[in-house]
Amino acid sequence: MTEYKTVFGSLTNYEKGGVEAINDSPQNYVFSNLFEVASRAKPWEKVAVAKNMEYVIEAIRAEGVSPWRIAAHDEFALVMDGQVTIDLLDPDSVTANPTSTGSVAVDGEPSGRKMGQIVAKRGHMSLLPANRCYRMSARDASVVLLQTILGPDTLQRWPDICQRH
Amino acid sequence: MSTSQLPEVKSTEPNEQGYRSYSLGEFTFRRDEHFAHIDWPTGRHVMAVEPFLKALMRDIAWNFFYGTVNFDSVIGTVNHYGDVDLFAGRFNEDYRKAEIDHLENFPHDEIKATFEAMLGDWVNESFDPFAAPQETGSAYGDKSGNNMAAVTRTRVTAKRMIGMPDDELLRSDESGYTVNRMFADVDQSEPEVKVEPGYEKEVSAFSLFKYLSRSDVTWNPSVVSVCKDSLYCPTTEEFILPIIHGNDRVEWFIQLSDEIIWEVADRETGRPRANVVMKAGDCAAMPADIRHQGFSPKRSMLLVWENNSAALPGMIARGETPNVPVEF
Repeated sequence: MTEYKTVFGSLTNYEKGGVEAINDSPQNYVFSNLFEVASRAKPWEKVAVAKNMEYVIEAIRAEGVSPWRIAAHDEFALVMDGQVTIDLLDPDSVTANPTSTGSVAVDGEPSGRKMGQIVAKRGHMSLLPANRCYRMSARDASVVLLQTILGPDTLQRWPDICQRH
Repeated sequence: MSTSQLPEVKSTEPNEQGYRSYSLGEFTFRRDEHFAHIDWPTGRHVMAVEPFLKALMRDIAWNFFYGTVNFDSVIGTVNHYGDVDLFAGRFNEDYRKAEIDHLENFPHDEIKATFEAMLGDWVNESFDPFAAPQETGSAYGDKSGNNMAAVTRTRVTAKRMIGMPDDELLRSDESGYTVNRMFADVDQSEPEVKVEPGYEKEVSAFSLFKYLSRSDVTWNPSVVSVCKDSLYCPTTEEFILPIIHGNDRVEWFIQLSDEIIWEVADRETGRPRANVVMKAGDCAAMPADIRHQGFSPKRSMLLVWENNSAALPGMIARGETPNVPVEF
């Protein structure tokens, strides 16, 4: 009987597929690999790997300790490789512009009430609630896939990350 | 809706194999031991009943989905979000040239009621149209009971995120969701969550991979997290996507595990445009003017990402939406 092995990717071990064009341009498929993108990114850079109108999915190389951030809407962090700790804070004075999209960095150490902490490994999804501060940390290089909206810190590197030919 | 407002389902008495026939406008549907037969004024079509029922199941469960659901190269539906086209040969170049294609538009509730009745009658007790081939009995043969529990499954649609208070439940052995045989090696640990008093409704996390490893269906995206109109709709895939999905908007795939090969063709003509091979970590958009069908050699985890904006149907109808999500 077949013994099945589930194949996940990681920063150091991933295999990339691709677009085999027949009568089309590969660029139309905006094809990339999130592990490749994260492996080439600096820690905590938010690189879009998918975009649908104003919405994006960002690949984030998690390594060390991130700045505190806040968004006016819910975001969701899915750990794709490694282990990431998320601290959540109910801020006293920091607020997100209600009309803003994406998250913004918070200067320094915001004051407020601790809400809790999540330790997430590969495959674990966490809510980053609207109007709360969050900070991520990872001892070893890890990868987070973030469901969010295009924001001022979203990096769009499509020509560099996508299959062109 | 009161009983008096329920749409009429037009059906016959059971045939010698025990199945009723159904009609919608000028279309008629009948089945025998092996086949579904579809007739319309200018033509006819026959499909093996198993792929027909698998396609019909998805069309109903997804509420006619986004855009076109091709059962095969001839039969299918187009969702106009309130009313639905049922067509034969509309997206087949040769049927159109021969002028034997046919299309009728129906109110959403009318076509849904007929399709649901047909599915309930034509699926026998041993067959589950959502299951992988080796995990279900046969669709063929004379009528033998029904499997209403399988064909009336409710699609999971989280309001905020799976596992949160007042939201969709996690999956476990106790709730009847055991680990699928092809995901026996998937880590079943949950994240460590420490919550300060008063924040129980905001500090939340769950294992998506564990959740997916316990899915009892294939090719059935369900909503697990909601960022305004951005919906994460992951699904587990094995064998062949039972429909050929014709997009009306851009759709994204993130391959979470294993591999899927997508055959992509022109939405209108069916002419091949590309094959897209996706391995774990790969991200790809399906343009808004294509049709696609996936092949998953081993059960895999796929994140389908949809934009559910209520403004999109109007924008699509006015031709205001782009075919590709990013120009570079």
